[in-house]
Amino acid sequence: MERTDILDAVYDACVEILKVDKAELGEGTSFAEDLDADSLALVEVVMQLEEQFDLRIPEDDLDDVATIGAAADLVASHLAAA
Amino acid sequence: MTVAPSTARRVVVTGVGAVTPAGADAPATFATALAGRSTASPIGTWDTEGHPVRFAAQVTDFDPSGVIEPREARRIDRVSQLGLVAAEEALTQAGLAGGDAAPAAIDRTRVAVIVSSGVGGILTLEDQITVRVTRGVDRVSPLLIPMMMANATSGLIALRHGFRGTAFSLATACASGADGIGAGLDLIRSGRADVVVAGGAEAAITPTAMAAFARMGALSTRNDDPGAASRPFDRDRDGFVMGEGAGVLVLEAADHAAERGATVLGEVAGYGSTCDAHHITAPDPDGAGAVACMQQALADAGLVPGDVGHVNAHGTSTPLNDAAESLAMAKVFGADAPPTTSTKGVTGHLIGATGAVEAILALLAARAGTVPPVANLVETDVPGEIDLVRAEPRSIAAAPALSNSFGFGGHNASLVLVPDGA
Repeated sequence: MERTDILDAVYDACVEILKVDKAELGEGTSFAEDLDADSLALVEVVMQLEEQFDLRIPEDDLDDVATIGAAADLVASHLAAA
Repeated sequence: MTVAPSTARRVVVTGVGAVTPAGADAPATFATALAGRSTASPIGTWDTEGHPVRFAAQVTDFDPSGVIEPREARRIDRVSQLGLVAAEEALTQAGLAGGDAAPAAIDRTRVAVIVSSGVGGILTLEDQITVRVTRGVDRVSPLLIPMMMANATSGLIALRHGFRGTAFSLATACASGADGIGAGLDLIRSGRADVVVAGGAEAAITPTAMAAFARMGALSTRNDDPGAASRPFDRDRDGFVMGEGAGVLVLEAADHAAERGATVLGEVAGYGSTCDAHHITAPDPDGAGAVACMQQALADAGLVPGDVGHVNAHGTSTPLNDAAESLAMAKVFGADAPPTTSTKGVTGHLIGATGAVEAILALLAARAGTVPPVANLVETDVPGEIDLVRAEPRSIAAAPALSNSFGFGGHNASLVLVPDGA
């Protein structure tokens, strides 16, 4: 799995759940500050990624996820461990 | 009678809003009610195969996008979406939200919200139970609780409009919408609020809710002719037709409305509330609780039965309700029963929203001097010989209207609505 594929999946989840324009998204985009997403919305985004990649990511792991890049890293680390 | 006429602040209505199977707003709903045609149709949103009841009165083509952003809509159950849109219409008419002009500057800490529901966000709850059973515990949405909780609609309306007075939802099943208006009346009379956004919303046309209401024998099973199924007070009625929608009124202290130059549609002049304490779902066949409730509302308004120009009955189209309510009305009004309608023949039964939608229709009918007919009423067999409006709308003089709502649990609520100028 290439990192760009994972990033793309995070973008798609944001577009679907947060109804944002994909063109506005980047690795450094902050969920809270740039996308006005609260913790519930972040859980939804990650749930969609879990579904897509057939993963189980503990809620505690979300504490350090502030940006789209960090979300991609989280998915990548769980994929590597799977 | 246990209630003396209130001498407290008068409470007026400065806005109404409705989203119902009969229309996307209050005027459209009233127009459809006047036409006297049922809006029931086969359920189109899920597979009804195997269900004993396969039709309902549905809000079709509901488009909340003018009020709720698509992103927010994902996080709000249909019941609250309906409530938010109805509230927007009412608040816009009252000059307190949206519209072309800037909203009136009022003290938003003095605005309360009481928009209730019979069962809350049951669509989301049902979906998520399926998710848990089929896909596992950790697939359950973190949004389930804020979407299903019974107070969600009141909280969301307060959030959207910055209303910081008390906000709550109450639960008296099919009387919830009416009781919210009564509770709002009391909040203003007691001085706790200047404005109350009051009403009800319901969206319970789900597979499990439909199965459950059908299993208890409450629903009409006229699957071969849904349009003829909701027939309040008719001899051939066989149960109610499940509806969905929302009704919201802006109640306002008369002095507050006058001070800001708001247009007054009418007055909420009286409220009665009793419990049958007879059976958890069946009405008391003697109608004692309903009689006391109507008498309370009239006394609260300082009126006698002869002052009432028309009644919007609860009239569910169930054999038990319509017989008991008719008998109760005959006991209250004697031989001079005013023209009586049940708009559920058109709208179906909107459960927790029904009391609010019918209070709105009663007020609009009183203002128009035209009472909608009972849809599908051909021949009646109810006791009491009440004056049911049939086939065509009935013209009446401008006069107070009485609106009844009764709920499972034995809850009775009656409201007296007086059109401006009557």
